[in-house]
Amino acid sequence: MQQSNTYIIVFSGVLTIVLGLLLSGTSQVLGPMQQEAIALDKKKQILGAVISAEEIDAMTPLQVNEFYSKRIASTVVDINGKEISSGVVTAEKVEVAKFFKKPAADRQYPVYVFHAEGNPEAVESYIFPLYGAGLWDAIWGYLALETDMNTIGGITLAHAGETPGLGARITEGGVQQRYVGKKVFDESGQLVAVRMMKGEGKDYSGDVHKVDGLSGATITANGVNNMLKAYLSHYEAFIKGKLSNQAVAGL
Amino acid sequence: MSAETLEKAIEKKPAEALFSKRRRKLVADPLIDDNPITIQVLGICSALAVTTQMKPTLVMAISVIFVVAMSNFVISVMRNTIPARVRIIVQLAVVATLVTLVSEVLKAFAYDMYKELSVFIGLIITNCIVMGRLEAFAMGNKPYDSLLDGLGSALGYSWIILTVAFFRELFGSGSVFGIPVYNYVSSIFGPDFSLATNGLMVSPIGAFIILGLIVWVQRTKTGYVEH
Repeated sequence: MQQSNTYIIVFSGVLTIVLGLLLSGTSQVLGPMQQEAIALDKKKQILGAVISAEEIDAMTPLQVNEFYSKRIASTVVDINGKEISSGVVTAEKVEVAKFFKKPAADRQYPVYVFHAEGNPEAVESYIFPLYGAGLWDAIWGYLALETDMNTIGGITLAHAGETPGLGARITEGGVQQRYVGKKVFDESGQLVAVRMMKGEGKDYSGDVHKVDGLSGATITANGVNNMLKAYLSHYEAFIKGKLSNQAVAGL
Repeated sequence: MSAETLEKAIEKKPAEALFSKRRRKLVADPLIDDNPITIQVLGICSALAVTTQMKPTLVMAISVIFVVAMSNFVISVMRNTIPARVRIIVQLAVVATLVTLVSEVLKAFAYDMYKELSVFIGLIITNCIVMGRLEAFAMGNKPYDSLLDGLGSALGYSWIILTVAFFRELFGSGSVFGIPVYNYVSSIFGPDFSLATNGLMVSPIGAFIILGLIVWVQRTKTGYVEH
């Protein structure tokens, strides 16, 4: 009896249903908490572009949320730098990864504004999300530009599956620190972004468009370079728009 | 049969003590004498991958303890109903469910750990220790014994990976559980005295070296020889 085909089929069926119910039940119960954890993680990454990782680590989840709501404003723009006002969700809800599959002109581009506490007008830096391909899987991050819209204030980089010890080093604070103070436009206003060079250990402090590379992770570094260049060009209209506004205000 | 003889029949088989010698042996054996990593040489893959730092290693160890003990227990409870021809699939389904549960819980309550470990937690499914214990023990023994057996094997795995992680984090990153030990040492002996970290320890090669040393020390002590 135990070995009959009917028994095996019924046994497998019952097992599948029981395990399936158990898993979907767990997922239902834990779902909201997971969403919260993911949202918090995103806020930490955004903040990581403007404040140090140690400061963020020292904060409780509650403090992170509080700090975020006090200091970060956000908006969503299109490829022409115009704010999208019709039927859009908040910037936090825009999934950059999802829009990555669409043509650049059809995407929504979130912009996060880091401002002084209680005064959204006193902008300290603009934070742009980045998304691209590493060696094995997706890489993404957030780039903070200072109000001159040219100097990099900070960057956070993350990855889904780069090699530990090689490409995965883009998440290290020391690597991300290399970008601080670099410029994304040259003197004539052309977008050149910042390139992570091949090889490691050279001093690029004299060149504002180059940073030291990652030994053994050139493909990941190239992925970061492409990602930076691509997203800066997508945001170029917005960035130039802010610049001309400042020029008008300065007159 | 009278009631008297029935009582006697029950008395004749007193329940085995909760922690009888035989049961203690189930837990203790895999710690040293039959350790899954150093003697059976199973589960090496994750032992190399997750042991760069103590904290994720501890989370990994707890996850493996939960999965091995629980899957051993569940399979043992079901052992008489499992059709022999599909038993491996049934075992896999149970193990995969438990592993997914662990991963979901981590995602909800320890998202940073989840990000760091998610791949390796998923790979517990293919950890030879889990399937090995199910086939070798749980399919033929009672639930409580199987639970203890699973616990023993998982603890044997855990103390080894934690030991490896201790040395790798200490020599590779100069810290233990994220506490910068090297910095404290330097501050005691003054600024001229600084300890250099060893990059080799951060890479999987470091784990091989540490693991090899542990196996060496252990086999020297126990006199174990492979046949």
